Amino acid sequence: MTTTPAPPGSRLLAAWRWPDVSWPQALRMWRRNAVLFRRGWRLFVIPNFFEPVLYLLSIGLGLGLYIGQRIMGVEYVVFIAPGLAAASAMNGAVFEVTYNVYVKLQYLRLYDAVITTPLEPEDAAAGEIAWAVTRSLMYGVAFVIVMALLGYVRSPWAVLAPVGLALIGLGFASLGMVVTATIPRMELYTYFFTLFITPMFLFSGIFFPIDRLPEAAQPVAWFTPLHHGVELLRALCLTGDIAVAGVHTLWLVVFAALVFPPAVNLFRRRLIV
Amino acid sequence: MGAHDTAIRARGLVKRYGDYAAVDGIDLDIPPAGCFGILGPNGAGKTTLMKMITCVSPPTAGSLEVLGVDVHGDRRALKHRLGVVPQGETLDSDLTVRENLTSFGVYHDVGRRVVGERADQLLAFAHLADRADARIEELSGGMKRRLLVARALVNDPELVVLDEPTTGLDPQARQLVWERLRRLRREGKTLLITTHYMEEAQRLCDRLAVLHHGRVIAEGTPAELLAAHTAPRVVEVHGEQANVEEVYRVVGGMARDVESVGDRILIYTDDGEEIAARITQAGLATQGLLLREASLEDVFLRLTGHALVD
Repeated sequence: MTTTPAPPGSRLLAAWRWPDVSWPQALRMWRRNAVLFRRGWRLFVIPNFFEPVLYLLSIGLGLGLYIGQRIMGVEYVVFIAPGLAAASAMNGAVFEVTYNVYVKLQYLRLYDAVITTPLEPEDAAAGEIAWAVTRSLMYGVAFVIVMALLGYVRSPWAVLAPVGLALIGLGFASLGMVVTATIPRMELYTYFFTLFITPMFLFSGIFFPIDRLPEAAQPVAWFTPLHHGVELLRALCLTGDIAVAGVHTLWLVVFAALVFPPAVNLFRRRLIV
Repeated sequence: MGAHDTAIRARGLVKRYGDYAAVDGIDLDIPPAGCFGILGPNGAGKTTLMKMITCVSPPTAGSLEVLGVDVHGDRRALKHRLGVVPQGETLDSDLTVRENLTSFGVYHDVGRRVVGERADQLLAFAHLADRADARIEELSGGMKRRLLVARALVNDPELVVLDEPTTGLDPQARQLVWERLRRLRREGKTLLITTHYMEEAQRLCDRLAVLHHGRVIAEGTPAELLAAHTAPRVVEVHGEQANVEEVYRVVGGMARDVESVGDRILIYTDDGEEIAARITQAGLATQGLLLREASLEDVFLRLTGHALVD
């Protein structure tokens, strides 16, 4: 057989083909991480868990003292708490599939070894994404529990928070994986974080509603995936408006479905040349 | 041809990276059982060929069957029957020595209990039983390589592919790896190794193929290669006076070939004594002269180096 040169654009389009993932194999990749995490979780879990708690204390309670105004009928700290839960899910996922996976990919050459076994690159990518979702859930759920203990949870729908956190994790883990599979050097992650993740953290409605943004910036903020994560968590934990929650859930499902296939396919392209 | 006749069958196999053909049209039949060696200088395409065989790099053109299965087919099922020792060190440094074996057993879908038993057997095989719980960074280069070989065996593969298994090892460590590979060959496994050490090829391999610029330029048993590509004896001339033209003038038609390799001149011949005498008489061997049997090294240099006379 001879391969004919592909027409332009078809390579790009091929990134969205539904990837050939063997989930039992992906689960084995997931389990490797789970075993290592269980061994050293006391070491890893602290910084990731405390970061959003620090924001809650500093901005929510500290800065909140000077914000006499109530937002959506609640104190400032209660208003920002669900958004911080969403952000912690995002950060947990993104850090896992960026720096952690990149080190295994480029320096430890873990996947080069793994793909000589029946584990295909697609399985490894799906396993890593699944593991990143797991971390999103761990940090997000822990944070929601802290919120509940502090009395910041105001709706029983908060029991569905894990679903939202997992969806945020899936979307952002896939997005981070696309970056990991594409960048030639680890230093380039700074662009992803400073130009994308950090602005999103600051302007997607965690600390103030996006209708406070300049007119032109509002649609941009609306289209960021984190905004929908924030609004979903706020609907579940605060307002209990299940219709609003449904709309944002749908948006997150579409986002995850759009980024998951290229994440897995591009990871294969990175490994198989 | 069925799976029983050939372990690996390549026809017109090509791997191109952009305009560069790393493998440029290979036809190869590798028989099952025994050890097959791929020789070639750096950049000859050995590793690329190995990657295609182990299903981690798809061929650009041509056909490639491994254990009777097309490499474009069910890769997961095929890889389950292969053991791979990569060129670089790709051990999982987050895991212990023993866990490196068990984790790969799990990736190969070997049952949990069997994996444990096999890991212990392989630790003994690799002479690492007392290092089972050590971290990878605590191992020497030789230990890591033995662990890589052990890891490749955790699924009890039919075909073991080893890419330069002893590069960078000291002589003791190399001997130990060779001894283990010979044991595998005795057990009836098919071994495929790449190397640029002729001693390794001579000691381990039943058959050899010489790769150069992405093509197979010679193939056969070590004895066949020696017979086909070199004379039985070699006179090595060491000395600054000796240049190829002069040596050729002195030994005339008695030599089958005269070749300059580094600071030595090699004369391939059937009758070494007579040539040695003439060279000494002519005063060309100011820094010594060596009369020896031809080796695979000579075959390799003749085939992949620069020969003056053909």
